[in-house]
Amino acid sequence: MSYAKSTFRHPNLKVNDIGLTYRDYEGVVSTLCAGCGHDSISAAIVHACAELSLPPHKIAKMSGIGCSSKAPNYFLGRSHGFNSVHGRMPSVTTGANIANKDLTYLAMSGDGDTASIGLGQFAHVIRRRLNMVYMVANNGVYGLTKGQLAATSDKGARNKAGDISPFNEIDLCVMALQLGASFVARCFSGDRQQLVSILKAAISHEGFAFIDIISPCVTFNNQANSKRSYDYVQQHISTAAISDFVPVKDEISCDLPAGNYDDICLHDGSLIRLYKSDENFKCDDKLHAINMIEKHKVKNQILTGLLYVNPAIDTYHEVNQTSDTPLNQLREDVLCPGQRVLSSINESFR
Amino acid sequence: MTQSKTNNFVIRFANTNGTGSASANHMFAKAIMRMGVPVSAKNIFPSNIQGSPTWYEVRINEQGFLGRRGGAADIMVAMNSQSFQRDLEDVAENGYLLYDNSKSQDLTAVPSSVKKLGIPIAQICEKEYQDQRLRQLFKNVIYVGALAALLDIEFDVLRSLVSDQFKGKEKLITPNIFALELGYQYAHSHFDCPLEPRIERRDLIGEQILVDGNTGCALGAVYAGATVVGWYPITPSTSVIEKFSNYCERLRIDPATGKKNFAIVQAEDELAAIGIAIGAGWNGARSFTATSGPGISLMSEFLGLSYFAEVPVVLMNIQRTGPSTGMPTRTQQSDILACAYASHGDTKHVLLFPKCPRECFELTTIAFDLADRLQTAVILMSDLDLGMNDHLCQPFRWDDERRYDLGKVLNEQELEALEQYGRYQDVDKDGICPRTLAGTHPSKGAFFTRGTSRNRNAVYSERSDDYVDNMQRLEKKFATAAALVPEAVIQQTRQAADISLIYYGTSAQVIDEVIAGFEQQGLTVDTMRIRAFPFGPEVRKFVQKRKNCYVIEQNRDAQMRSLLVNELNLSPQVLTSILNYDGLSITAEMVITKIANERKIAPIRQGVQR
Ligand SMILES: Cc1ncc(C[n+]2csc(CCOP(=O)(O)OP(=O)(O)O)c2C)c(N)n1
Ligand code: SF4
Ligand SMILES: [Mg+2]
Repeated sequence: MSYAKSTFRHPNLKVNDIGLTYRDYEGVVSTLCAGCGHDSISAAIVHACAELSLPPHKIAKMSGIGCSSKAPNYFLGRSHGFNSVHGRMPSVTTGANIANKDLTYLAMSGDGDTASIGLGQFAHVIRRRLNMVYMVANNGVYGLTKGQLAATSDKGARNKAGDISPFNEIDLCVMALQLGASFVARCFSGDRQQLVSILKAAISHEGFAFIDIISPCVTFNNQANSKRSYDYVQQHISTAAISDFVPVKDEISCDLPAGNYDDICLHDGSLIRLYKSDENFKCDDKLHAINMIEKHKVKNQILTGLLYVNPAIDTYHEVNQTSDTPLNQLREDVLCPGQRVLSSINESFR
Repeated sequence: MTQSKTNNFVIRFANTNGTGSASANHMFAKAIMRMGVPVSAKNIFPSNIQGSPTWYEVRINEQGFLGRRGGAADIMVAMNSQSFQRDLEDVAENGYLLYDNSKSQDLTAVPSSVKKLGIPIAQICEKEYQDQRLRQLFKNVIYVGALAALLDIEFDVLRSLVSDQFKGKEKLITPNIFALELGYQYAHSHFDCPLEPRIERRDLIGEQILVDGNTGCALGAVYAGATVVGWYPITPSTSVIEKFSNYCERLRIDPATGKKNFAIVQAEDELAAIGIAIGAGWNGARSFTATSGPGISLMSEFLGLSYFAEVPVVLMNIQRTGPSTGMPTRTQQSDILACAYASHGDTKHVLLFPKCPRECFELTTIAFDLADRLQTAVILMSDLDLGMNDHLCQPFRWDDERRYDLGKVLNEQELEALEQYGRYQDVDKDGICPRTLAGTHPSKGAFFTRGTSRNRNAVYSERSDDYVDNMQRLEKKFATAAALVPEAVIQQTRQAADISLIYYGTSAQVIDEVIAGFEQQGLTVDTMRIRAFPFGPEVRKFVQKRKNCYVIEQNRDAQMRSLLVNELNLSPQVLTSILNYDGLSITAEMVITKIANERKIAPIRQGVQR
């Protein structure tokens, strides 16, 4: 959204650890509607990557089709991006990740892209335990095709055209938890601070990180009776714990005594520091997370924040036992067994 | 005059699926090959008939005519009680019926000219083996032993086959040879051996191998350096992946770490399967998927993306009988148009048409080079007959001097040296623009890959001139492809022959027999075997030099003919279709008969056209 963007467009041009400024993480000027939540997500990604000092060329941006899937063009202009086909980003990302495990995969999808046409691929990519960040910009509608209701809209929700969602919604966080995602969070594009810290944690997490980001569509679903409008979300948002991301270099050891916070140590040595507002909250228990999400819904609240993380799960390449060299860098002499071997194979067919 | 049946007959095995007959039957076919005599073998395995019958038809022909012969079998080995009565009808006049007479069978339907060879196989097994499973398994081995006596196959050949088959499992060798001997002895002491159809040792095999096409594809992918596979099971393509996986487990494990230099993902469906392959191709790994008819339909959107976003991927289509689920376990060449023009919008894809397992290997390795060179999907058009049946062919060969052609991929130094990079800049004027891979250079070469229109610098554009410019370049690239794909194989007489044939893929197996048939009638034949689409200039030349060509294909709608007419802008009258689409592989007899009929009516037809 343009007003969100303007707050980021002129940062004091601090350089990060690899000598880059925020500018170096930006993309081309957005063509989304002014005020679109997706632009705030782009801005948050720019912040997160710049602050983590990630080399942009080692990031791959993956997306499907939709306004949200166009967004990767508007951040990380020095990274390769693949805007694939509607609902199929998970499979394309699977192939890309398997071919080169050494890149950071930032995947951007919409709620139409993921919860409808791509629901099958969403389910299966979670099962595969890829090391990637999967973001859904959840606006309750299909922005790009002019506002039809998405499957993430609550039963009874209305879009701008007045259509009513007749059936129960799909909660992508609940699905992700059930299917074994090792990092699950819900954010609001309007809460930049929370989004940036969760993004940083998600990127640093080695494993499949899912973030459902409520991201209002100002053009088709921001009216007074919408449950995905800025106003509605702001009024109904709730957080069980505020999470802070502490990078490795800050040298806080994992065994510091806990104060009013919990520390979760990630694989790379960085920390997620959780300041709990609900003292019963814990984020190492899927069932608890699902329970919390559903309980908040009953109270008409949207629970945001980090919901679950398991830093110690094997990723795809550990399960597959993929070679240490990324597959796309293996050379001919390693891959091709040569004529001598082929002659003995021929012998078996005689 | 009846032809001698020495080294010239057809034997059909009627079995029940899952009884271990496949390996015994395979041993039989291999024994013929080791007797130096040309042989081919075809499975028929209906997907949904009571009693799970499977038929395995072996043709032995010392002239090397190894396509399906058609007609009734000279010898029927009838081992499936449920299909027994039906199998009786498929024995040729003066043929032989080998069956298990342990229980009394109704033989009233057997024609009087057919000789009945009853062997109490079940009883022998009951007597010799305690274990139920062994009783079942050795039944098959016993009839192979009996056939060796009946057909005069050297017992030593079988003995050495068994030793080879059970190398490393020596304990199994003796009992198998014992079972072979049981059958051999029984036949010897009860029948007049050998029969009229028999095997006489020859030296006609040379270095040839007996193997299925899917093995060729799988090995081709290993040798071409494929590392990433996405797939979803579908007959008859499944064994490509199974075999790829087996060979990788043997040949692609890092010796130092024990880790895998490959990854195979069984995806949730074919959309994901090709999505995975395309994602990997985008990242610079050689990747492929294999499927059949219904899978092709599902992959269509992604094929369009591959074409337009210019991402390399190899797709193996092991064609089966469509439309819809069709006859899923029968063969056809009916996806030609669906693949050539797969996806919406103006799309065209490179197709390769292997004729034998050796070419499955060769064209698969070429497919990977072409996909990288042309930055697009390349589809290998095999079929069920080729993929799943054993064919005699030249051995697989890899030239150790050969290097992969990874196409135009800029490395860090090349990018560094460039002042400006634009993903879709046609710098070499061949329609192929250098691409870059993620992670190569810290500040140069990044671009946004998309299926939407863009300008030469990969910037989103809805300007008509940018769109047209891009589409014209893609067309130019396709013309470049025509010069890179394998040429058609042409055999022609100096003067235009009486008959000119165009064919592709598995129809090749009947061509020698067709030519011999016409030569017997004093007619000369020219042939062109198409190996790729887009068509090279030689294809146009061949057609233009002739008044009429017969296009032989295994589909109803004359799809290759349509493609030729459309792409070469031919008058439809110059191409006459010879079509076989009953789900069984094509026979020489059918081709000869249909061409003879066409030749009779051609003058009349031409009259009408005037
Ligand atoms: C196969 C296919 N079907 C339909 C479309 C049309 N289409 C484009 S985007 C879209 C919905 C996008 O919704 P969502 O993912 O929620 O993204 P948003 O625009 O809301 O961010 C649809 C239906 C398409 N591009 N491809
Ligand atoms: S239509 Fe909605 S989702 Fe799309 S850009 Fe506009 S505000 Fe954003
Ligand atoms: Mg949406």
